[in-house]
Amino acid sequence: MVGRLIGSVSLAALAGALMMGGASAQTNVKIGILGDRSGAYSDISGEGSVVAAKLAVEDFKPAEHGLKVEIVSADHQNKPDVGAGIARQWYDRDGVDMITDGVTSSVALAISQVTKEKNKVFIDTGAGTADLTGSQCTPNTIHWVYDTVALANGTGGAMVKRGGNTWFFLTADYVFGQTLQRDTSAVIVKNGGKVIGSVKTPFPTSDFSSFLLQAQGSGAKVIGLANAGTDTINSIKQAGEFGITEGGQALAGLLVFSSDVHSLGTKVAQGLVLTEPFYWDLNDQTRAFSDRFSKQMKGNSKPTANHAGVYSDVLHYLKAVTETKSTADGAATVAKMKSIPTDDPLFGKGTIRADGRKIHDMYLFEVKKPAESKGEWDLYNKLETIPGDQVFRPLNEGNCPLVKG
Amino acid sequence: MADTAAIDVAPIAAALPTRRDDKALHRMIFVGIALLLIAAPMVLYPVYLMKVLCFALFALAFNLLLGYGGLLSFGHAAYFGMASYLCAYTAKSLGFTPELAILSGTATAALFGLVFGSLAIRRQGIYFSMITLALAQMAFFFSLQAKFTGGEDGIQAVPRGNLFGVFSLADDRAMYGLVCVVFMAGMLLIYRIIHSPFGQVLKAIRDNEPRAISLGYRANQYKLAVFVLSATLAGLAGSTKAIVFQLASLTDVHWSMSGEVVLMTLVGGMGTVFGPIVGALVIVTMETYLAQFGAWVTIIQGCVFVLCVLLFREGIVGLVAKLIRKPL
Amino acid sequence: MSMIFGVPTQALFGQLLLGLINGSFYAILSLGLAIIFGLLNIINFAHGALYMMGAFVAWMLLTYVGLGYWWALGLAPLVVGIFGVVLERVLIARLYKLDHLYGLLLTFGLALIIQGLFRNQYGVSGLPYAIPPELSGGQRLPFMFLPNYRAWVVVASLTVCIATWLVIEKTKLGAYLRAATENPTLVQAFGVNVPLFLTLTYGFGVALAGFAGVLAAPIYSVNPNMGADIIIVVFAVVVIGGMGSIIGSVITGFALGLVEGLTKVFYPEASATVIFVIMVLVLLVKPAGLFGRTA
Repeated sequence: MVGRLIGSVSLAALAGALMMGGASAQTNVKIGILGDRSGAYSDISGEGSVVAAKLAVEDFKPAEHGLKVEIVSADHQNKPDVGAGIARQWYDRDGVDMITDGVTSSVALAISQVTKEKNKVFIDTGAGTADLTGSQCTPNTIHWVYDTVALANGTGGAMVKRGGNTWFFLTADYVFGQTLQRDTSAVIVKNGGKVIGSVKTPFPTSDFSSFLLQAQGSGAKVIGLANAGTDTINSIKQAGEFGITEGGQALAGLLVFSSDVHSLGTKVAQGLVLTEPFYWDLNDQTRAFSDRFSKQMKGNSKPTANHAGVYSDVLHYLKAVTETKSTADGAATVAKMKSIPTDDPLFGKGTIRADGRKIHDMYLFEVKKPAESKGEWDLYNKLETIPGDQVFRPLNEGNCPLVKG
Repeated sequence: MADTAAIDVAPIAAALPTRRDDKALHRMIFVGIALLLIAAPMVLYPVYLMKVLCFALFALAFNLLLGYGGLLSFGHAAYFGMASYLCAYTAKSLGFTPELAILSGTATAALFGLVFGSLAIRRQGIYFSMITLALAQMAFFFSLQAKFTGGEDGIQAVPRGNLFGVFSLADDRAMYGLVCVVFMAGMLLIYRIIHSPFGQVLKAIRDNEPRAISLGYRANQYKLAVFVLSATLAGLAGSTKAIVFQLASLTDVHWSMSGEVVLMTLVGGMGTVFGPIVGALVIVTMETYLAQFGAWVTIIQGCVFVLCVLLFREGIVGLVAKLIRKPL
Repeated sequence: MSMIFGVPTQALFGQLLLGLINGSFYAILSLGLAIIFGLLNIINFAHGALYMMGAFVAWMLLTYVGLGYWWALGLAPLVVGIFGVVLERVLIARLYKLDHLYGLLLTFGLALIIQGLFRNQYGVSGLPYAIPPELSGGQRLPFMFLPNYRAWVVVASLTVCIATWLVIEKTKLGAYLRAATENPTLVQAFGVNVPLFLTLTYGFGVALAGFAGVLAAPIYSVNPNMGADIIIVVFAVVVIGGMGSIIGSVITGFALGLVEGLTKVFYPEASATVIFVIMVLVLLVKPAGLFGRTA
C-alpha cells in the first residue's frame, strides 16, 4: 500500500498544472510498470523502467493534452503467477489502464492473457518470445522492442554476409535456447552458410570450458551463443580465457544486452558481435535521453534497449489516448496505436503491425577493444543498420490468428 | 552433540494430548473458517484469497510430514509443481474437465512422492532434507527440458473449463467456490489423518523412532505412507493453483518454492493443526503487498526465517496455543 | 588418432582435465561443509552465499582499495571467515541445543538475506574481474589448450585440501578437533574451550568457501546468485561422500568433477543431472554414502 502511494506521488505536480488550467474534460490514465525489480533481469528492467516511463510522461506534457497520468510499479519476481496476480488486481481494483515492461517470457505471456480477458492494454518491452505476436497474439498486446526471431535474423544474417559462414552453436538446453538455435540456423542456411555442429548445455551452467573446447575443435568460423543472462556472461568470459577469439573464431551473442556487456567489460567481451535495437550512444537524441536517465539511476547506469522501449511505448500510448479520449476499451486503444505511425527520439519512425509487432530498425554491433573504449559505458561500434522490414518475422509466418491468411 | 537433544518440533502437540473438549474447540474453529471463507470475498479480492487457500493447503500438506512425521523435506516444490504441470497439460492439451485435470495432477504427485519418498527415507535428519532437495532439483531439470512443460514459458492460457462438464468456472466467484471446497476437504482429511491411529503411530515414531520400532511398528512403512500422503495433498494444492491462475510454470518446481512452504509452516507454527493456514496467509500477504519493494522481499523473508528460528519457534498459532493452554 | 566410444582419446584427456578443475571447486566447498558439519552438526545452507561473498570481496578489494588478486586470495577468505565468526557467535551458537533442522533453516534464512543485500547493491548482471596478469595465457598441451589460470586452480585447491587434511590428522589442534567431534563434553572436561573451537571451526569452514569464491571470480560471472545453484550440487556431493571423513569429501568432490566432465562429452544434456543420478544410485546401494560410517 505504501509503495503504491509513493508511486503515485510522482506526477502530482503535472496534475496540479492541469487543475489550475481548469480543463473540463480530463482523461485519467494509470500506467503500471510491471517488471523484475529483484531477480535475474532487474538490470535491464527494474527501477530503470520506472525512470524511463516518468521521463516519457514529463516529455509528453499530459496537461496540455487533457490527460492526467499516474504511474505505479511492482515486482513480478519473474513468477508468472505473481505477475498475473498483480495484473488482475491492478485491472480489477486499482484502475490501471495499461501495463508495460513485462520482462521474462513466461510472465509476459501470462500478463497478455489477463489483459485480453479484462480488455486493457499490455505493451511488452522486455520479453523475448516471438509467440506474443505469433500463436498467442491478442488484440490487446503490442510487442515493442525485440524478439528472438529478430535477433536471430539480425545476427545470423549479418554474420553470414560478412563471411562468417560456418557456425557451431552452444545452445541452452530448453525451449528458449532451442528456438533461438532453430531460427538462427534457418537464417544462416538461407544466406548460404552452414551449421557444422552444436552442443546442448544444461541450464544453468557455470562452467562452459568443456563445450567451448568442442566448439573450438569444430573449426567453425562463428560460435553462436544461443543462451541468455548469466549463461551468456559465463560463456563469453571463458571463451576469452581459452583464447577462442584470438584463435580466429568469432563469438556471436544471440541475446545480449548492453548491461551484460558492461558487466563483462570490454577486455573480455571485445570482438563479440550482437544485435540490439537501441544503444545509448547512437545519436544526439539518444545521448540526451541517456544523460537525463543516468542522473536518476543508482550507479549512473545507461539505459538498456528495454528502458528505451518503455519510454517510447508510453509516449505512443499517450498519443493514442489523447485521440480516443478514453481508456475504457483496451482493444480500441491498441487499434488506434496501430493506426498512427510511431515516431520518437529513441527509435525514430516506425509502425505497429496487425499482429502487434512494433517495427523499427535494429543494429549489428561489435564490442570495442579496450584501447578504443573511452569509458566504462563506451561499449559498441556500429557495424550495420538492419532495416525493420527485413529483421522482423514476416507478418504471414507467425500464425497469429489476428492476421487473416 | 545435538544427538542427545530431544526433537522439539511440535512442542505443543506433544505436550498436550487432545481431549474431548479440545475436539469441540477444533470443530468450532472449522466452522469459523468456513464462515470466514463465505464472508471473505465480499471484502477481499477473490484471486488473492484463492492464492492464499492454495498455499494454505500446500503448507498443511507439508506440515503433515514435518510436524507429525518429523521429516523436513526441502523438496516439496517437486510435488506441487509437477502436479500443476500435469493438471495444466491435461486441461489444456487433452481437454480434461477441471476435476479430472486436478485428479490427474494429484495422482502424478502421489507417484512422485512414492518414488522420491522411498529413496529419501533411507536416511534420517538433515540427510533426508538434502536428499529431498537434490531429488526436487532433478524434477526441476526435467520440467525445464521436457517438451510438454514449455520450458521457461511454462504452460499458459489453461482453460478453467466447466466443472463436471456443466458448471463454468470462468467467473472468479465460481472458481472461488471450488477452491474453498477443495481446501476444506483437504484440511479435514489432514485433521482426520492426524487424529487417527495412524497419526498416533506417526507421532510415536517422530518422538522416538527406535522405541516405536521395538514396539513392533514398521517405522519406514509409516514414514513412506505419510510422505506419499503429504506429496499427494501438495499435488492437490498445486493442481488447483494451476486451474485458478490458468498457468503452470517453473516457479512452482523451483527450490525457492520449497523454501517458501517451509517458511509458511514455520511462521504459522509447525505441528499445529491451524498454523500452516495462518503462515500461508502471512507470507502470501507479504508477497502481495511487498511486491513494490522489489529486492527487499527476499531479504525480509530471510529475516523472518532467522527471527522465527531464533525467537519464535512455536510460530504464531503455537504461541496462541501456549497462551490459552490448548492444542490448536 | 585412437578413439574411445567415438571420441578422440586426446579430446578425452582434455575433458578429464577440465572435469578435475570443476572438481576442485566441489572439493573445497564440500570440505568446508564437512568440517562444519563434523563439529557443529549444522548443514550450512549459507555456504553458497559465503562463496559468492568471497568473490565479491575480491572485486571490492580491487575496485575500492586497489588490491589485486593475490591480496584478495589471502584477505577475502579472512574477511569471510571473520564474518562467519560473527554469524556463529551472534546467531548459530544459540541453536546447538536444538534439533539440526533449525540450523538448516537459520542458515537458509541467512543465505536469502546475504544474497538479497548483494543483489540490492550490485544488481544481477555481474561484475568484471580479470585473470591476474601472471596467470593469463596458457599452455599448448598435446591434447588441448590449458589456460594457466585453470592449472593454478587445481594446484591451489589441492594444496588447500591437503593442508587442511594434514592439520586435522597430524597436529595436536586437529586431534582436539577430532576428539571434540566425537565427544564434546569429554573434551570440555579436559579443559579445552569447546565453544571457541566451534566458533573457529565455523570461521575456517566458511573461509574455505570464501577462498573458493576468489578462485572462481576470474572465470565465472561474479554475481549475487552464483552460490545459489552450486550449493545444491555440493549438497549432493556431500550426500554421496557421506561426510564420514574429511578426505572422503575431498576425493568425492574431485571424482564427481571428473564424472561430470565425461558426461559433458558423451551426453552433454545430462551433465547437470548426472550428480543427482549418482546420488540416487549410491543411496540405493550404500545409504550411508561412499565414505560414511553409519547410516
